[in-house]
Amino acid sequence: MTHGYARRYGAVVTMPTDADTSSDAALRRQLHGLPGVDAVGLEARAAALGTRSIKTTAKAYALDLAISMIDLTTLEGADTPGKVRALCAKGANPDPTDRSTPKVAAICVYSDMAATAKEALVANGAPEIKVASVATAFPSGRAAMAVKLADTRDAVAAGADEIDMVIDRGAFLSGRYLQVFEEIQQVKAECARPDGEEAHLKVIFENGELATYDNIRRASWLAMSAGADFIKTSTGKVTVNATPPGTLLMLEAVRDFRAATGRQVGVKPAGGIRTAKDAIKYLVMVNETVGEDWLSRDWFRFGASSLLNDLLMQRQKLSTGRYSGPDYVTVD
Amino acid sequence: MSTPEPRLPVLKTYKLYVGGKFPRSESGRVYDVTDSRSTWLANAPLASRKDARDAVAAARKAFGGWSGATAYNRGQILYRIAEMLEGRRDQFATEVAAAEGVSRNKALARTDAAIDRWVWYAGWADKVTQVAGGANPVAGPFFNLSTPEPTGVVALLAPQRSSLLGLVSVLAPAIVTGNTAILVASHEAPLPALSLAEVLATSDLPPGVVNILSGNTAELARPLAAHQDVNAIDLAGAAPELATELEVAAADNLKRVLRPTTDTDPHTPWTADPGTSRLLSFLETKTVWHPIGT
Amino acid sequence: MTELTQQTETAKPAAFAYAPAPESRAVVDIAPSYGLFIDGEFTDSAAGGLRKTVSPATEEVLAEYTQAEAEDVDRAVKAARKAFGPWSALPGAERAKYLFRIARIVQERSRELAVLETLDNGKPIRETRDADLPLVAAHFFYYAGWADKLAYAGFGAAPQPLGVAAQVIPWNFPLMMLAWKIAPALATGNTVVLKPAETTPLSALFFADICRQAGLPRGVVNIVTGDGSTGASLVGHPGVDKVAFTGSTAVGKEIARTVAGTDKRLTLELGGKGANIVFEDAPLDQAIEGIVNGIFFNQGQVCCAGSRLLVQESVHDEVLDALKRRLTTLRVGDPLDKNTDVGAINSAEQLARITELAAAGEAEGAERWSPACELPSDGYWFAPTLFTGVTQAHRIAREEVFGPVLSVLTFRTQEEAVAKANNTPYGLSAGIWTEKGSRILKMANQLRAGVVWANTFNKFDPASPFGGYKESGFGREGGRHGLEAYLEHA
Repeated sequence: MTHGYARRYGAVVTMPTDADTSSDAALRRQLHGLPGVDAVGLEARAAALGTRSIKTTAKAYALDLAISMIDLTTLEGADTPGKVRALCAKGANPDPTDRSTPKVAAICVYSDMAATAKEALVANGAPEIKVASVATAFPSGRAAMAVKLADTRDAVAAGADEIDMVIDRGAFLSGRYLQVFEEIQQVKAECARPDGEEAHLKVIFENGELATYDNIRRASWLAMSAGADFIKTSTGKVTVNATPPGTLLMLEAVRDFRAATGRQVGVKPAGGIRTAKDAIKYLVMVNETVGEDWLSRDWFRFGASSLLNDLLMQRQKLSTGRYSGPDYVTVD
Repeated sequence: MSTPEPRLPVLKTYKLYVGGKFPRSESGRVYDVTDSRSTWLANAPLASRKDARDAVAAARKAFGGWSGATAYNRGQILYRIAEMLEGRRDQFATEVAAAEGVSRNKALARTDAAIDRWVWYAGWADKVTQVAGGANPVAGPFFNLSTPEPTGVVALLAPQRSSLLGLVSVLAPAIVTGNTAILVASHEAPLPALSLAEVLATSDLPPGVVNILSGNTAELARPLAAHQDVNAIDLAGAAPELATELEVAAADNLKRVLRPTTDTDPHTPWTADPGTSRLLSFLETKTVWHPIGT
Repeated sequence: MTELTQQTETAKPAAFAYAPAPESRAVVDIAPSYGLFIDGEFTDSAAGGLRKTVSPATEEVLAEYTQAEAEDVDRAVKAARKAFGPWSALPGAERAKYLFRIARIVQERSRELAVLETLDNGKPIRETRDADLPLVAAHFFYYAGWADKLAYAGFGAAPQPLGVAAQVIPWNFPLMMLAWKIAPALATGNTVVLKPAETTPLSALFFADICRQAGLPRGVVNIVTGDGSTGASLVGHPGVDKVAFTGSTAVGKEIARTVAGTDKRLTLELGGKGANIVFEDAPLDQAIEGIVNGIFFNQGQVCCAGSRLLVQESVHDEVLDALKRRLTTLRVGDPLDKNTDVGAINSAEQLARITELAAAGEAEGAERWSPACELPSDGYWFAPTLFTGVTQAHRIAREEVFGPVLSVLTFRTQEEAVAKANNTPYGLSAGIWTEKGSRILKMANQLRAGVVWANTFNKFDPASPFGGYKESGFGREGGRHGLEAYLEHA
């Protein structure tokens, strides 16, 4: 495939990052030069992909893949070390009755629980499971920059492998694109560790607050250009969270961004994905939009909590032929 | 154990229909409903102004979804109402006969007409736009299109004498175009209206699209006519003096007002060809301009 | 039969390979043979023999059906004539209720009919299930509602039906075309004799059973099956008052000559060479979907297909790259598989025509491309194909291919796009892709086509009139306008 999109998106790709020469106006011109999104057509395409019928061997593959892509999440004010340890045990061994069940990709917690999660995963013999920490005054993003950076720094120091930051939606919606761009860059800088490694940066847009598909596409390009390793739909804390059309649009963005720059960025829908059926629809969307390069936990994640048990019940159904029930999966 | 003859029937508790639920009146009041020979039939809820207020809130909440549903979908639901009503034809004929003091055959005919009226209006759902709207050939490089849109929340005072056909004849044209309704049933003959709620509740009609109150017409109509979140009122069931008073109250927020008919026979307006006048009464016309250029 | 295609990309095993997900055939019970549905019952032909209808995906014989001869057609027309008086005298509200019944029964039996249609036509179950059958039911619902409202339709205070309608329909949307023909005819009080296409008679024969379940009076709907000679007998019969035909422009012209000098009213829904016009400011991802839908929906066997892609030169490469990438994800194969996007070509004859025109495209110098896809060995198959470097002079830019073949042309300005789009004897459909509203409306004014889709394509609704300009035919089906073809002119 040639990189025709590169020409179209070239302006964004070479977006000036020097604060002295860049401006909101310059970013606005570039982001608003992206092709528009027709909502009806986008939603129709997402719905059509949702009608694929995934059966037998394909379903078995998809269920295991989906489990392996979960960022098993607890983001509650009532979180305790005990809750986080239980979640880590679940993530390391999702189905005690079937050891062939894949482990989840990551445990996603608030930054003050990152160290607890890290220890618990090691204790459960699953150090390969990542610890993802939300940061930057999650979920509202309403704090001074210094606070957001400190939040990030703490999480990285506590051992977080991944940082899920939120953008400042107020800044984005009022056209202060440069501020959003620079915030992402600065948070990205805080992801670096002394050992030269760096925590992967997921950038949460809160699609439900961005309100339009055009905004989601612009936020995607802004975040990718600023260095995001992943782009993520939602915090899970507002009314509208991950939706198939919003995620499809972000998949198109990472596809086009790679075609333009050669750099691959991951996608993470989060919030509201509760059933195996829904998860499989997302995997179909990945498969038919960006292809198998993204069909791994390195490039696609589900931010979810209750999804895991439904996947496990479906997995049990496939192996036993009987419908399972909630008493046959563990609740943590 | 054998059932004694005659078997003692199980009586129905009649309730209001508000927001898809069947509450009693918040006032806790009921009143006697009798047939034409003064035989007691049931206690009907005597709804209060607070019930009316709740019904308006439910209708407003339902308006966005119902007016935003496709016309095809609304038509399907109205047709479904006809199907469900057909299945309970005998029950309604019995209630109509008691309420209106007519023979069973006459009551059956009126029930059938009520069912067919739902079918008539079901078909209008996706046609009224083509009949009442259209492209306007303005003198300039503009696309100009007028389309009818529902007025909003409509209060309907059901006819006092035509307990089912009359009530369907005011209800169906109001909701088919996307309005939501508060229907005040006939004071003396509310039972067919309250039973119709059971049909509506099992016909995929979203909760709150139709809300049905029974009680004293004037007591309920006054707060509805004065309510600032009601957009229109159909005075079919109001006596002339009350109608004038309500129309004055309705002027406060310029409600669209449909005046009662002046026929001397209370059934004539409902047995006649319904035409489109009621259908078009609760519509606003929206006209969109857009330049045509390059 | 396998069509060899030039393959520019090779298939590799997919990580996420979808397992077969076939829709069950058990839901439909096809009889070994069918008679003619005349005057409310299935009858044998006076003289005609039996024909076979096959599954285009496998060449399996599905059933035998009857070749109606002239005397059978005569019987059917007479039955329709006899039924016309009482049917047209029924109150509109009663006719409405019959049509509502039919609509409901179609909804109830939609899975069965979808499978049947897929078997007989070769189109994917995804389409029959999600497009054909819902539209069929909706069409009957819509016209049911008109039956008692004709006085409000703008054709006079008491519009009158014409009488017996002779209706001849094509094989590309067998049941949907039946609905488009029968629903408005019955709503307005006409009776019909309908002839389905010779390769797809089954859903019309099943529809006869739906008429029976609905209690429709005998003779109101008559179904005669057969080849083109049956159709010719029907449209030429002196006892019909109205001829409605959907099919090729060549046959449409023949019918127009046949009815010349008679009192028969005529509507024709014929071929097309629709232009799908993509501007540089289009919502590109959705435009790609619209292009794919425009030409590969129903294997491109759609009279309003967007078979000519007119793309602004400035975005030609991007659009082509994205389009090719998208085509590689199309799933071609077993039409009964719920994941199939592109099914079989309807007949060997049609496949031969597509093959011949595609060969002409290559011979005339256009560049041919198809995604890698394995085609089944039995049945009639043609891979999704696009031609680049096509000019207005090429046959594939002028002639209706009626298959999954897209011709790609370019333009520089809006005026050029309009000129090229209109530069055809056809005028059925067009598509416009741009985010600029005023341009959409200007283009829509200038395009000589009966349906113009903006930022979408191949959308159908019973409330929306459909029909062509120029050699794409005349008359409209659907909407209020669709009533006119079946009413006396006031």
